[in-house]
Amino acid sequence: MIARGVSKRISSIRFALLSPEEIRKMSAVKIITADTYDDDGFPIDMGLMDLHLGVIEPGLRCKTCGRKVDECPGHFGHIDLAMNVIHVGYVKEIKKLLDATCRKCGRLLLTKEQTDEFKKSLERVEEFGGDVADLGLVTKETVREAASKAVCPHCGATRTKITLDKPTSFREEGHKLTPKEVRERLERIPDLDLIPLGLDPRVCRPEWMVLTALPVPPVTVRPSITLESGDRSEDDLTHKLVDVLRINQRLRENRDAGAPQLIVEDLWELLQYHVTTYFDNQTSGLPPARHRSGRPLKTLVQRLKGKEGRFRSNLSGKRVNFSARTVISPDPLISINEVGVPVAAAKELTIPLTVSPYNIDALKEMIRRGPEPVTVTGDGKARYLPGVNYVIRPDGRRIKVTDKNAEQVAEMLEFNFVVERHLTDGDIVLFNRQPSLHRMSMMGHQVRVMPGKTFRLSLSVCPPYNADFDGDEMNLHVLQSEEARAEAKVLMKVQEHILSPRFGGPVIGAIHDHITGAFLLTYMNSMFNKNEVMLILSMVKSHRDLPKAVMTGPDGKPRWSGKQLFSLILPETLNMAFKSSICVNCEPCLYEKCDYDAYVRIKDGNFDVGTMDEKAVGAFKGKIIDKLARDYGSDTVREFIDNVTKLSIGAIMVRGFTTGIADEDIPEEAKKRISDSLESAVSRVNELVRQYKTGELEQMPGRSMEETLEVEVMKVLGKARDGAGDIAGQYLGMENSAVIMAKCGARGSMLNLSQMAGCIGQQAVRGERLSRGYWNRTLPHFKQGDLGAEARGFVKHSYKDGLTPTEFFFHSMGGREGIVDTAVRTSRSGYMQRRLINALEDIKVTEDRTVRNTADSIVQVLYGEDGIDPSRSIQGDAVDVDGILIEALGDEAQILAKIEEKRFSPYATLEKDMMEGQEEEESEEVDYDIGEGDDQ
Amino acid sequence: MPAFNILNHEMVPEHRLVGEAEAEKIMKRFGITKEQLPKIKMTDPAIRVLEATLKEKEGIREGMIVEIKRNSKTSEQFTAYRLITR
Repeated sequence: MIARGVSKRISSIRFALLSPEEIRKMSAVKIITADTYDDDGFPIDMGLMDLHLGVIEPGLRCKTCGRKVDECPGHFGHIDLAMNVIHVGYVKEIKKLLDATCRKCGRLLLTKEQTDEFKKSLERVEEFGGDVADLGLVTKETVREAASKAVCPHCGATRTKITLDKPTSFREEGHKLTPKEVRERLERIPDLDLIPLGLDPRVCRPEWMVLTALPVPPVTVRPSITLESGDRSEDDLTHKLVDVLRINQRLRENRDAGAPQLIVEDLWELLQYHVTTYFDNQTSGLPPARHRSGRPLKTLVQRLKGKEGRFRSNLSGKRVNFSARTVISPDPLISINEVGVPVAAAKELTIPLTVSPYNIDALKEMIRRGPEPVTVTGDGKARYLPGVNYVIRPDGRRIKVTDKNAEQVAEMLEFNFVVERHLTDGDIVLFNRQPSLHRMSMMGHQVRVMPGKTFRLSLSVCPPYNADFDGDEMNLHVLQSEEARAEAKVLMKVQEHILSPRFGGPVIGAIHDHITGAFLLTYMNSMFNKNEVMLILSMVKSHRDLPKAVMTGPDGKPRWSGKQLFSLILPETLNMAFKSSICVNCEPCLYEKCDYDAYVRIKDGNFDVGTMDEKAVGAFKGKIIDKLARDYGSDTVREFIDNVTKLSIGAIMVRGFTTGIADEDIPEEAKKRISDSLESAVSRVNELVRQYKTGELEQMPGRSMEETLEVEVMKVLGKARDGAGDIAGQYLGMENSAVIMAKCGARGSMLNLSQMAGCIGQQAVRGERLSRGYWNRTLPHFKQGDLGAEARGFVKHSYKDGLTPTEFFFHSMGGREGIVDTAVRTSRSGYMQRRLINALEDIKVTEDRTVRNTADSIVQVLYGEDGIDPSRSIQGDAVDVDGILIEALGDEAQILAKIEEKRFSPYATLEKDMMEGQEEEESEEVDYDIGEGDDQ
Repeated sequence: MPAFNILNHEMVPEHRLVGEAEAEKIMKRFGITKEQLPKIKMTDPAIRVLEATLKEKEGIREGMIVEIKRNSKTSEQFTAYRLITR
């Protein structure tokens, strides 16, 4: 085990080039044969699988260090290249060096003064904390200056232009430079001239960029796999090295035998190709080397680069133990702080506990239960009990607990042993849903072990995770240290994230049916008899007693109002007044005497006027939730949200609630009125078109005739759609389920309803009426140049009526634009987010409220320039002036309402949050990966 | 001297060169060395104007600190410090 608490600070990292001498020095064996194994399946000496390179087969010992598999780290070998080869990774640097130095004397093409000047500026950058990129800028400048010289200031030789012939050859005035010549030139550059070019000659001689020896990675890096049939399958790197060795051999033989120049040159080029693709098999300008099956080989660069590469896949995104992933499903009665964990998962996930005098007896009991404790079914209730999978002794030995040895292990348990206990109710775990765009995408939950195979979560936490139950999966991580658990409990629990740092309002609250339920419970004079009251309240935890019934029903029995029931879950000190979602903004406002019951008043925790809907308890908008979270603390809000959920479910179940296509039924008379109004709108459009054609149309300032017509037509048709909606709306009253949902903010909008019952309206692409398709017309059903409503994508029918074929086509055009938009938007914003996070990931706010990076440099002197935690801000403001006014003035309701009106245009809440993703079903599963390779 | 003083423009925040003693104090306040401050280039237009208007014997050197008072959305006015570099 690695000792904890020992840490070393890395002060700097230096990257340098490997010299051929160094390659040979660190090499355990020189590789000369391209063969790997002999007929007996034994590695050939001085072959690519030489035993000096490390061991991959159990039982064998490494010939270099004498250790066994897993103990031997592997050792490098090397190949002596018959002729020099350019390293693809350094062609750019080589080009720079050739450009900046003299072809004759090898000196930097700058005068002594200039050289000193550049050296000085390098030192200066370093002194003032410049990083590698800053230094790179200076050296780039040096090269540019040197490359602009025509004559060498040292020997007077004229400079020739060298061009880079991608990927690896250099050309000097038409004549090709061989790697050997390149190396000779680089050798001529004196050490002192390298410093201004950004190279440290002690560790980076430029000629090392041209290879004379190639390091062969240990076999542990490129293990061969033995298939079931007994055949060996070699790693891609081994295949590539075989190629290099073969050509190297042939090149050496041909050259030594004095073969014609042409043949030698061809082989030389082939060797260059193999070495190049060994490094990077996606070099532009080169065909990728392929496997026998036709699959391109995965060579060194491919192992590191991209989403599947070492960096993003194995370092930034490692797979971890003590985690679980499964489908999620809802549990309406669970607290927002909880997560339901399937028994099967709970028995696999463990928490390590150190044995102490305080827990030894309890742990012994747990061990006796073994790894598969039977669920106890005493008193008629099934009860899950945690068992133990492993016991770890202080010397590090792990003992697997089985049913057989459970008793024995329990007996030998001593202090300081570690017991790996099953997950059980109340444990804190982290719960996460990808994409993790938020801090709210990963929150702490308390475990509740349950039967079944899915994770269960409260519906109220769906908005921050952006989760639904159409097959979404989520991850769960079990914390392994006491510190982590404490941190999660204090900082990460769901109840601590009800207020969002994005806009300083609540993101967790009632959604969908919970809002409908609260609405049905409280709207107007809804009354409940004793049976119903008991049913509704049976699930709710309230500290308050049920007050006296407000009235007696026709049956002579007591009736309680829904408002009374709702008051039971409010704190007794709460005072509030606001307008609910159903408010129609009539002038003048009647406040408490509102005809629509839309003015909410809560006095000392007694809610007697108004309706509870989205504005009161909804996620994103809930004012009561906002106030409780701010003034009463997270425990109170959590309890309130849990209670609202249960209360609403009770209410909605007592009354019953459903919606169907019949909710969009409107009487014949209404249909007639709608079609009449649409007809008149269409004829008005025709009139406009006529005026346009005869030139009678009055041109709008700053617009062409065409634009004027379009604007006018859009105006008329927009009004027509709204008019149709209004007519339909007149026949859809508050007794209609769909209308209830739209008005109280549970789901859907009046626009959705008017499109279903009235008229869908104008379809648009890029904000304009449809115009493209055929020559001068949208479809062959219309005359060329027809500018009328129908020909340009106006859909007269409603979703319920059904669309004509042309209307259907136009609607698809409009719909397609939306889909393309969301696809483009998510992928682009995903990439933007990635770049932003890469730039900001290690910046933090310190104790003195300064914002600093890992180098402890200051980024901002005071966080956000005002030192305010945005999640504690009031819709983005640091001080809640209005709130203080309300506190001070008491319940002067009239004044309060005035203040309320100008509030609630939340700082950064998007329309999308309010509508809660209408189109989300279609737009899922978009790959966030566009840009590659700009990181790392 | 540049053609006109950009520091007089309402969109350009107020720049002020900080004296040696005051710089010392600022460093102490944040518990940092000069290199840990955000940087500003000597060639920054605002710094060039400062230099021209200052007319001190030495002018502006690297390693000096400027105080920038700018309007802030969140706190009306905000004071930032920057280290002058090349």
